[in-house]
Amino acid sequence: MPRIVVTGASPLGGAAVDIVIDGDRIVEVVGGGKADTGGARTIDADGLVALPGFVDLHTHLREPGREDAETVESGTRAAALGGFTCVHAMANTEPVADTAGVVEQVWRLGKEAEWCEVRPVGAVTVGLAGQHMAELGAMAASAAQVRLFSDDGKCVDDAVIMRRALEYVKAFDGAIAQHAQEPRLTEGAQMNEGVLSGTLGLRGWPAVAEEAIIARDVLLTQHVDSRLHVCHVSTAGSVELIRWAKSKGINVTAEVTPHHLLLTDELARSYDPHFKVNPPLRTQEDVLALREGLADGTIDAVATDHAPHPVEDKECEWSAAAFGMLGLETAFSVVVESMVNTGLLDWVGVADRMSRRPAQIGRVKGQGGSIAAGEPAHLTLVDPAATWTVRPTELASLSRNTPYRERVLPGRVVHTIYAGNPTVTDGTAERTR
Amino acid sequence: MKRHLLSAADLSRADALLVLDTAAQLAQVADRPVKKLPTLRGRTVVNLFFEDSTRTRISFEAAAKRLSADVINFSAKGSSVSKGESLKDTALTLEAMGADAVVVRHGSSGAPHRLASSGWIGGSVVNAGDGTHEHPTQALLDAFTLRENLAGGEGDLTGKKVTIVGDVLHSRVARSNVLLLSTLGADVTLVAPPTLLPIGVETWPCNVSYDLDPVIPESDAVMMLRVQLERMTDSYFPTAREYSRRYGLDNHRMSLLSEQSIVMHPGPMNRGMEITADVADSKRSVIVEQVANGVSVRMAVLYLLLGGNAPAETPIDGPLEGI
Repeated sequence: MPRIVVTGASPLGGAAVDIVIDGDRIVEVVGGGKADTGGARTIDADGLVALPGFVDLHTHLREPGREDAETVESGTRAAALGGFTCVHAMANTEPVADTAGVVEQVWRLGKEAEWCEVRPVGAVTVGLAGQHMAELGAMAASAAQVRLFSDDGKCVDDAVIMRRALEYVKAFDGAIAQHAQEPRLTEGAQMNEGVLSGTLGLRGWPAVAEEAIIARDVLLTQHVDSRLHVCHVSTAGSVELIRWAKSKGINVTAEVTPHHLLLTDELARSYDPHFKVNPPLRTQEDVLALREGLADGTIDAVATDHAPHPVEDKECEWSAAAFGMLGLETAFSVVVESMVNTGLLDWVGVADRMSRRPAQIGRVKGQGGSIAAGEPAHLTLVDPAATWTVRPTELASLSRNTPYRERVLPGRVVHTIYAGNPTVTDGTAERTR
Repeated sequence: MKRHLLSAADLSRADALLVLDTAAQLAQVADRPVKKLPTLRGRTVVNLFFEDSTRTRISFEAAAKRLSADVINFSAKGSSVSKGESLKDTALTLEAMGADAVVVRHGSSGAPHRLASSGWIGGSVVNAGDGTHEHPTQALLDAFTLRENLAGGEGDLTGKKVTIVGDVLHSRVARSNVLLLSTLGADVTLVAPPTLLPIGVETWPCNVSYDLDPVIPESDAVMMLRVQLERMTDSYFPTAREYSRRYGLDNHRMSLLSEQSIVMHPGPMNRGMEITADVADSKRSVIVEQVANGVSVRMAVLYLLLGGNAPAETPIDGPLEGI
């Protein structure tokens, strides 16, 4: 593989540099125009911002089981196009990723696809049923080296099971990633409970159903001195609780999805199920609190909750539709619109929330580092000035359930380099390997 | 009027009065030996019912037939929820048959909205009740009944005090009535236990009370909503007896109503639960009248959505053959 020289890139928005990559490492970072490009493949990054490759803590790749919606191959290609060099594959596949065998299968499929690193998330309980702890130790010790465990899609609502799981994962530096949703308070829930759910006649999903679980879990985490990660935080109250827990020194981290940073429950007025997601889109007040929480670091990471669904599961009446929306290919642009263009995050902040901290939370070695000589070459080169129109059929995902159809978004991922390999060049996924 | 009738909020005051005035004209047809007008001859009205509701279906069927429309009843039990035919495929089937209007009853809130906005069908969509969302033609027939009994059959309902009692949370009838009756100037009060009122009800254009007794003497009309017994097992209230005691309309409460006040119910009734048999069958009860008015109001809706000409342009006073 020839050397690669990325010319004229602005690392984290700083002065332009040339970045020289040899093999899977960055070997040199020098002032713009100073690198020796002889015999190297050059990538013109003039005017582009260089960021460490993004790490997604929350991706549904749907394989095994629902290869009609997404596969490891198609999902990781979408991830690369979105600037990601690592994704965490959620456990709610068919069969559920609750054994070493399944997580190793997903991990191996990711390795073969080579679009980015795939870190399987293991189920906390057998079959996500919330009854019996899955073999967490076997998954941790497997080739997949699982460190995050989640019943995502379902809440580990039994307090004893949650306590035991939090305790058990301490043996291998694991963490429980909780889908915080009190099940009884959300039976049949369709959208955020508020003025609008009452008007639209859709069963409400109250904020308290999320907040009550987070409150319980941070206290459990404190009690057993373990590590908790809160998935897709969606309410202002949840941000307050996590801020409080962190102030008490409790080892909790949290993620927010791009859609919760931008969209509100008002979109449900259309009864278009493309806006149906779990947790539901909340109010503008919640959106602003989430942005503030992400800006001040209360929320550690942006995680996509990329949830592909086949057309028929969205082209129907609201209550019959599946929960979830695509996120990998639009995440960066949504962060630019909601956080960068609003002045809430600079590029250092974007790198921190989309790469460094998620890599730490997932215990992903070699990702989320800095752009410096000796570091692994996982890079995302973005054009902050570009805009693009989201067209569902032009997305790489096998599914089309984006909530941003025909929306013009700012910021564009131009090149992605994973382990020294350009996976995306000029906005196009490339397979040169 | 808009092309579809999905929510009572789609009706401006002028639209609502137009429907009521048209319904009043069309009601005369019911008194004729031949209860039929040629207005919608050659037009096709599909009654698309994903949920059983014989009452509403036959009301729409009678309305369409009195206007000489061809009526197709499509009982699509089991939506995509139960892995039957999807809403989309059903809609495409109806479109292929050339439906000019689709009257849809569906268990999912917003299903008529989906039909109207998806581009799957070209005809007008009339919401005949969707989930816990709305039932606009029920509100129209209730407004018509209120106007006949309280306002001499003309104008709006300004200043009339209407009390709606019961399971507001799950009631599409209550939602549509609050919107329409407030549009028509009525002073609406919802009465229910707090568990059966939706979050945000304080933002609705109406008053809210947890107690029925203080509201009764001031009401020009009391509308009792059906309360399903399974609400009890879901702990919305402790027992049926306690519900009846606190929120049921019995002879004693009825005796506190003023002289001209009326009692309404959208049906079907749970006699002995929200309303006693004596009250339901009393001279104050206009429940049967509501059913008759339902046909007139639905004729007016179909006429206005499909006929295209407002009575202002095509006068319908005098002989009705002209419309």
